[in-house]
Formats: sequence, structure tokens, C-alpha cells
Amino acid sequence: MMAFLKLLARNRLALAGLIVIGAVVFLALITPLLPLADPDVTDTPNRFLPPFSEGALLGTDHLGRDLLSRLLWGTRLSLAMGLAAAVIAATIGSAIGIIAGYYGGRTDNLIMRGVDMLMAFPYILLALAIVAALGPGLMNALIAVAAVNVPFFARNIRGITVGIAHKEFVDAARLAGMRDREIILSEVLPNVLPVIVIAMSTTVGWMILETAGLSFLGLGSQPPQADLGSMLGEARSALITNPHTSIVPGAMILVIVMGINLLGDGVRDALDPRLKSGALSRPMPATTVERTGPVPAANTDSLLDIATLRTEFRVRDRLYKAVGGVDLHVEKGECLGIIGESGSGKSVTALSVMGLVASPPGVITGGAVHFDGDDIIGAPYEVLRSLRGRRVAYIFQDPLATLHPLYKVGDQLIEAIQSHESVSKHDARARAIDLLRSVRIPNVDSRIDSYPYEMSGGMRQRVGIAMALANDPDVIIADEPTTALDVTVQAQILSVLSDLRRERGLAIIFITHDFGVVGQLCDRVAVMYAGQIVEEGPTEAVLHSPQHPYTSRLIDCVPTLGGGQRKLAAIPGLPPVVDRLPAGCAFAERCDKAQDTCRVSGIELFATGAARKTRCLFPEIEQERRA
Amino acid sequence: MTGYIIKRLLSAIPVLLGISVIVFLIMAMIPGDPATAILGSYATPENVEKLNRDLGLDQGLVPRYFIWLGNMLQGDFGRSFALNRPVLDEVLDRFGATLILAGTSFVLCSLLGIAAGVISAARQYGVADKAITFVVLLGISIPSFFLGMMMILIFAVQLKWFPVSGMWPIYGDRSLWVLMDHLTMPAIALAVVATGVIARLARSAMLEVLRQDFIRTARAKGVHERRVIWRHALRAAMVSIIPILGIQAGFVLSGAVYIEIVFQWPGVGRMLVDAILKRDILLVQGGVVFIAACYVMFNIMVDVAQALLDPRIKT
Ligand code: SF4
Repeated sequence: MMAFLKLLARNRLALAGLIVIGAVVFLALITPLLPLADPDVTDTPNRFLPPFSEGALLGTDHLGRDLLSRLLWGTRLSLAMGLAAAVIAATIGSAIGIIAGYYGGRTDNLIMRGVDMLMAFPYILLALAIVAALGPGLMNALIAVAAVNVPFFARNIRGITVGIAHKEFVDAARLAGMRDREIILSEVLPNVLPVIVIAMSTTVGWMILETAGLSFLGLGSQPPQADLGSMLGEARSALITNPHTSIVPGAMILVIVMGINLLGDGVRDALDPRLKSGALSRPMPATTVERTGPVPAANTDSLLDIATLRTEFRVRDRLYKAVGGVDLHVEKGECLGIIGESGSGKSVTALSVMGLVASPPGVITGGAVHFDGDDIIGAPYEVLRSLRGRRVAYIFQDPLATLHPLYKVGDQLIEAIQSHESVSKHDARARAIDLLRSVRIPNVDSRIDSYPYEMSGGMRQRVGIAMALANDPDVIIADEPTTALDVTVQAQILSVLSDLRRERGLAIIFITHDFGVVGQLCDRVAVMYAGQIVEEGPTEAVLHSPQHPYTSRLIDCVPTLGGGQRKLAAIPGLPPVVDRLPAGCAFAERCDKAQDTCRVSGIELFATGAARKTRCLFPEIEQERRA
Repeated sequence: MTGYIIKRLLSAIPVLLGISVIVFLIMAMIPGDPATAILGSYATPENVEKLNRDLGLDQGLVPRYFIWLGNMLQGDFGRSFALNRPVLDEVLDRFGATLILAGTSFVLCSLLGIAAGVISAARQYGVADKAITFVVLLGISIPSFFLGMMMILIFAVQLKWFPVSGMWPIYGDRSLWVLMDHLTMPAIALAVVATGVIARLARSAMLEVLRQDFIRTARAKGVHERRVIWRHALRAAMVSIIPILGIQAGFVLSGAVYIEIVFQWPGVGRMLVDAILKRDILLVQGGVVFIAACYVMFNIMVDVAQALLDPRIKT
């Protein structure tokens, strides 16, 4: 509660709303105590006095009545009407909602049908019909507004109640022999009450506006008694000659409703966990770059060279160092595997290359990515855009989520082509068909007009691959492309990829957590742990003689074909949270060989052979397990 | 698609019946003898007897409802005694004006609201976003009738840009241009609140969509950011925006009552308020049923639009 209030106070607009509403309510409460003129005493000789006149601070209206006094009394009445309507609507609506939700079945069905019918009306029509039947008047307007808002409460509260009605404590109460009415009052009601109160506070502004509206139309409060709406309604005929009589009550309604809205928004924001976590912020077109140190030179003159790349996530006051200085490179036509558990930073590394890490919260804070000789970290958006898909393409994990659900796959392919080349739609379509053929999709002519949801997972991933191939890129970065697929489909996709690589001389960076896949496809492999590379080398060599204890554990996780189910040496423990990395070796907590020296300071990645590197003080070099 | 439309149209029948029952029940709450209430000052014994016979008012509620429903299905909505003409004629005469006003407003608020929401989301926390957020807050807080009055004061009386009120000048020609001149202010005043609501929801729908994986895919393809926002993200966000448009259409139709009063627009809303004040009960009853039915039909159109947009719905 305190945290909530603090959050509310931090939201300056909500605070302003609270103060405004507080002030208005306070004024309305003390109105009878103030030395005001009688709001209903007419004084025709002094009609239409302008504001700041002697004895009438806001002037007088068409009957010479004191506007300030009428304003305050009118505000009092409007607030009371709005609040009363809200309370009535909330009470009746919630009762209906609780009964429907609690009993369920036919009762629920019948009630909710009725509620739906009521909601089929434009709301004011219903209110007008009720006022027409009962006759104009303050109470009748109140009833009408309350009635019109009943369905809103009924519907919301029913939803909540349905969730509660099946909780254990309700079942327990039922078993204990409590009657339904007791259960509703003692178990259900206390749980839905907060929701009712919140729903009420968000609608009270509406109710004030609606009751004022009916009064404005002459259907609510009747003269001489006035609320803000009827004051405005009466002043309308003198709008042009004496606008102040209209502006005074109108501005008051505006202030009240605005105050309530500000407060309501503040409350909503304060309650929304997504705002707190930044999950509702818009990712920028390219990852933010804030490099502090000098830009490192490329380590090699390969096609793609990543040098001491650092990417972190800034969520509120916490810092997650997802990638902590990674060096990698891939040659033309080579396949590099990056392997690691989820959260090891492998995907973030890959996405950083083309600035695709969602930002906020992602920020690239250091390092360089040289593509074809040029550093592209922090390159202008247009440069990055023209590289994306054309020279460096991506294949993502779950094609149901990564393909646009509302466009036909063919159109998505055509778009990929047309983003980089000005070709006619017709030619692009012909190329799209060829692409789909090249990833071995059957019945291409009909498939091209399918939507992603109409395809199987394997087919969708082929589309994903075809899309990556659309502009004949030099590098394809495949981020766990087969993880969501079953084993046979996985094998097919891998063979498509490996054929394409051979035919087109593609460089592939293949990200996975599965050593079996790496063994089939990759020339070299880099193992990542907690944002760093812990071992790197030719696939064969690493597979047969892993040097880092973490690598050997990962390899032990792979079930071998034909060898029966080897005991899955699931690695005990979890990878460290990357906002609290230990001082020394990040793997120390889970490592069998860990010594005190391991925990002292960061460990270098050092060469352990011709093409091999390991980040471990006690690498397993001596116990080679050559076959 | 045709199958879907037919299905939706059929499902409207129970809703329409429900609406007629609700209106009937509300009207049955009128205290006192119904015939006398309907006729008001026209209530001579002969008139009362004739009305009782025509509408079955001396019978029980159920037969009364079916007589009323049967009459309506034959196009007979009763007779307005204050205006001395059939209710349906009067409603149809007025409906055109309301349709022009509410329709224009609806188009305005949809286009402006969506555009503002998209820009706001695309520039989240930027100057444009803050400005839009503030204007939107003002827009959804100001009562439309007060806004209309202030617009008259500023743009008609002070600046003389637009006529003060009405749909047509008393004398002079009735060209489209003249209509636009009269329509501008009421249409804007009516659209403001809905624009604000739509802008807000469009903004949050866009923010929701912009974090999804297929947006990253579009960027990874090298699609230009402008296209990512206005095509990929907006298309997906429309799935949640369109139902909001349907709801807002109801609010626009409702708000038209106030705006028609403020701007003396000769529409159904003003007719209803006049009828209530004159206790012209059959006119109110007929008008309410008619507008509610139109709204139901409009919502079917919204559903169809939704199905056209989202291929996953069809079937
Ligand atoms: S450095 Fe020490 S703790 Fe880390 S992996 Fe090597 S042996 Fe284990």
C-alpha cells in the first residue's frame, strides 16, 4: 500500500489530479458553512452582472442569482449525483455479476444474455428511454444513469467471480456446509470488493458527466434547484450575450472530470506491472549504442568479426550484462555454432550484430562488429537497414510468432525482396516461388497464398528460411531455428540449411543449446556461459575433447543415437543471474573442479591449441578422450 | 465470407428482439393508464378507446408486446400525437441529418484517433507523444456540449468562420459546400471525445504489438521503419482497435443528442429530447428502437470488417 502511494506520488499528473479533486470535494463539503448568497434568490434588476462585480465574485445569471453560490451548490449536487449513481450501479451491477459468476450454468447464461442486450444500446438511448418513461427529474435521471451503467459492473465483476468461485477456499467452505449466501458474503465478496472499488472510481467521472448531461438537456434537475449541467443548459440561451454564465459551470465540469481522469490514469499506471518493468516501452528501430571506451579493431579480416562486444539491459535501476565482451568471427562459407543454455547471451550476441536487440532496455556499450571490413555498431539507421536481410539475414526460433500473422507468406517474401530491390510485384512473386521451391516446400503455387497459421511448424520454418535467403545474403544468423520443431522435421530443416550453405557459399552462425545439432552442421563452435565465451574450437575437436568443464557437461546432455538413453547428466544449479555476476569464474558455483583460486578474479580466454581457446584455470587438456 | 455475413445477420435477430423487449418493458413502467399517458392532452374518451383498441393497451403485457412487435414489423411504429404524423416518417426524416453528423464524426475520430495513437506510440515519451497525450486528456475530459458552446463562441461569434448553428441556412441554396460549412463545428465537437479514447487505445495497442517477434522479423528483413510502424504494427494493432471503433460508434451516436441540441441540428437526438419533454411517448419508443436497431446493424459491419482484416476469424 505504501509502495503504491509512493508510486502514485511519483506520478506528478496523478498527484495534480488528486489535489484538484480534493480541493473540489472539500469546497463542496463546506459549501453550507460559507457566507454565500442564497443560490435561488432572484434579483432581476441585477441580472447578468459580469464577474468581479461588487458582491458577486463570479457575477450573476439571467435571474440575477449569485453565480459563485450557484456554482458551489451545483458542484455539490453534481458530485453527489455522480457518486450516488456510481454506488447504485456498482451495487446492483456487482450483485448481478456475483450471482451470475458464482452460480454459473443456466443462471449465468440467462443473466449475461440480458446484460449483452443492454450493452447493445448506445448508452444514452437507454437513459433517455428510462427518463421518458419515468418523466424528467433529478431522481429519475439518477436512476437512468445508474441503470445504464449496471451492465458494465455486472460484466466485470462476473469475470472476477468466475475465477474465485472455483478456488479451493470456496470449495472448502462449501464442504464445510456453508450456505451459498454465506459463502458469497464471507468468501467471495471480500475478494471482489477491491475490484468493485477500482471500477467505481474509474467510472465516477463518467457518471458525473452523464448526470450533468441529462440535466443539461433539461431532463435532470429541475429549476430552481441546479446542478452544473442544468446551470449550463439554462445559460445556453445567453451564450452569445453573456458567455460567463456558461463558462463558469462548464469549466467546473471540465476541471472535475479532468481531475478524476488524471487520478484514474495515475492509479492505473501505478497498478500496471508492465509499466514498472518497462515491458510497454517501444523498441527503437535499432539498438541504442553507448560505447564509452575506444572502438576495438577487428581481430581478424573475416567476413564478420565481432570484437569484445558488450550488450546490457537496463531495467529500471538494475543492470543485466547479457553480453560481457565477446570475440567471434565467421569466414565466408563457414558455419559457426554458438551454444549455451538460455540466458547465456548467445541470442543477444547474434541480435546485436544488426542492432536488433530490443531497445529499451538493450544497450550496446562496447566493442565492434566489422562486416566486410567496416564497423557497423552505431552505423546510421539507413546503413544498417540496407545490410539487414540483404547481406546479413536472420532466421528466428518460432515462426508462428516471428512471421506476421495477418499477411500471406508470399506477400511477406515479396516484401523482403522489394525492401532492397525495386522489382515489380510480379517479378518478386516469381522469385518468391523459386525461393519456396529451394527450401523444398511442396505445392508452392498454392502455399504461397497461405497464411502462416494455415501451415505446419516445419513448413513455416521453411518459409522463414526462404525469407532469409530472399536477397542472397552473405551471412545467415539462425537463432535456434529448429528448437520448436519435432525431431524428424528438425532433421529436414538442418539438411535444407546444409545444402543451401554448400550451394550458395553462405556463412552461417547457428545458435542452439543442442550439441547434437552443432555436430551435424557446424565447422567451429563457441560455447557461451553467462555472457562470455568459455570455449571455442573446431567442432570435432571440442566434441571429442572438451576442455572446459561446462562444455563437457553440455556434451554429456546429448543422448547418443543407438547408445541407449545415456544418463542425462543434467547440470545441477542454474546459470548465474547476469546482474550479479561473481568476481571470478562464472561457472564456479556449479563446477566440480572449482578451487579457491577460481573465485578470485576474472579468467582470461586463452589459447590451448592451434585453433582452440578455453576460459578455465584447470582445463581438461590431459584427459583427451580420443576415440 | 458470405456465409459469415449471413451467420452474423441471423445472430442479430435475438439481439433485436431483446432490444424490443427491453424498450417495451421500460415503457411499461410509465405510471398510470398507458393510453392517457400516450395521448396526454389529446386524451378524450373516444381517443383513449381507439388507442386501447389499436395497441391492445387494455390487455395484458404479453399480448400488448406482440401487437406492438407485429405493428413494427409491418412498418407501423405508431403515431406521434404531438406532431400528428406517423412515428416512422418523422424518425426517417430526422435520421438522415443524424447520419450525416454522426457518420462524419465517426470517420473523423477513427482517422485522427488512430493516426494520433500510432504517432504517439512511435514517438513514445518524445515531444509529439507528450503533446498528443495532453491534448487527448483534455479531449476526453471536456463535456462535448460545453465544447460545442465554446466553439460557437470562438469560431462562430468571434471569428465568424462558421455559422452559429443549424444544418441549412433559412434562405439560400443547399449545396454540399453550404452543408460542410454548417457541419464542420458540430462534427468536430462530436468527434473530440471519441478521438481521444481511440488515440489512447490505439497507442497502447501499438506498443503491445511493437514488442512482438514479427516486428523484429520485419526489421531483420530490412523493412523500412516507417513501413514497420504503419503496415506491420498497425495492421496487427487494428485487430484490437476495430472493436473499439465499434464501441465508440455507439458513443458518437449518443453524443449526437447533445451536439444536436447545442448546434440546433435537425436530427433524431433533438427529436427524442423534444419528444420526452412533450411526453410524446410513442415517438420516443419508436425512435429508440430504430436507432438501437441501426446500431446493431452497424456492429455487424464492424464484425465483418474484423473478419476481413483477420483471416483467422473466418470460418
Ligand atoms: S576456472 Fe575453475 S571454476 Fe571455472 S570452470 Fe575452470 S575449474 Fe571450474
